[in-house]
Amino acid sequence: MTVAVAEPAGSWAARRGLIVLAALGLVLAVALLAGARYGLLLAIGLGFGLVLEGLRFGFAGPWRAMILRRDPSGILAQLLAIAVVAVVAFPLLAGASGEVVGAAAPIGWAMAGGAFVFGACMQVVLGCGSGTLVNAGSGNPVSLLALPFFAIGSFLGAYGLIWWTDLGALPILTLTGTSGLAVTLVLLASVAGLLLLLAAPGTRRVPRRLVIAALLLAGLAIGNLVVAGQPWGVVYGLGLWGAKGAVALGADLSGSAFWAAPGNAGRLQASVLTDVTSLTNIGIITGAFLVACWRRGGLSQPLPKLPARAWAATVVAGLLLGYSARLAFGCNVGAFFSGISTGSLHGWVWFAMAFAGSCVGVRLRPMLGLEPRP
Amino acid sequence: MTRRFTASLAIALVGLLILFDSATAELNPYKAPPLLALGSGAVASGGFCGAMPE
Repeated sequence: MTVAVAEPAGSWAARRGLIVLAALGLVLAVALLAGARYGLLLAIGLGFGLVLEGLRFGFAGPWRAMILRRDPSGILAQLLAIAVVAVVAFPLLAGASGEVVGAAAPIGWAMAGGAFVFGACMQVVLGCGSGTLVNAGSGNPVSLLALPFFAIGSFLGAYGLIWWTDLGALPILTLTGTSGLAVTLVLLASVAGLLLLLAAPGTRRVPRRLVIAALLLAGLAIGNLVVAGQPWGVVYGLGLWGAKGAVALGADLSGSAFWAAPGNAGRLQASVLTDVTSLTNIGIITGAFLVACWRRGGLSQPLPKLPARAWAATVVAGLLLGYSARLAFGCNVGAFFSGISTGSLHGWVWFAMAFAGSCVGVRLRPMLGLEPRP
Repeated sequence: MTRRFTASLAIALVGLLILFDSATAELNPYKAPPLLALGSGAVASGGFCGAMPE
């Protein structure tokens, strides 16, 4: 028998004080060692992690709620966040010649297929790009196992990216300017309207927690755009970690058109503390960890006992998440959130294909032993 | 075993990544770009998942 001992209030306050100091210390250390911009990007990443974990804002879970229970509240919050970012990002992109760029990418066969596979796999492990980072930081063992394989998959997907895009892709198509913003907002409102039409009774209200989270996430995403000059992303950083690991093991990446390209080769030589998406990824994991430490009992949850096939499925799904996200030019963050909010039409195709994949993924999850069969 | 173990492991792995990386790549804050990209006059050049290789 175990006896739970309540922590004294003073000790709890001291612990929370230490958590705040740790976060500030990390940001200051990176700013001093690497530069102020990089410290600020880590702070933005920490903010993402704090909001996503602290206010329980996610991507995979709300899509699952819509598919299984016709509850659209979480997706409506996602659309709100995207709309707020778009309202700021479109004028910024129109006015800043090259200093700020959008998440523009081509639509193609591999892109669409990659989004479908990503949608299915994110439902299998119940963690998208940002969700896998957040869940790993808060101690979810499935996401912790999936994360390194996500990085390896992302590295491998980038390695062969040109071969995949050569299968057929359109030129990059973007919505720009005031008319582009208007079309984006109308499309977002149309999707919201459709979701509300399909919603089960009693699920049409977005909880205040999610509205606050959506607005905070939008603010952080705009901050990412202003500070880094590029939108919020996840997958590039994970692939870079995988590539650095491969180089450390003696791999020669000169045969990859992607990793041998000057920009990517340069980033392979540089510190991860100077890479935009690596910094925000590190911030997300750390922010989620700090929230779990902050909450009373946040880390006392026992680990689940899953069958071997569930762990095997997690490894495969992790690899596929990374690989498919590269082919799809982003995950739920880089393609869906940032793509749509900065006018790239590939974000809309990603949304449709990943949602279709999610419909398959929610059915795969119990079959693979990650939850009881209905 | 609780999430305390797995969450600590996640943070330890991030720490290891940074430590390992710092042994192979140098940092120089004096070569860092301006605080904000917007208004800096410099073309955005960070790695992004949507970007094709330059």
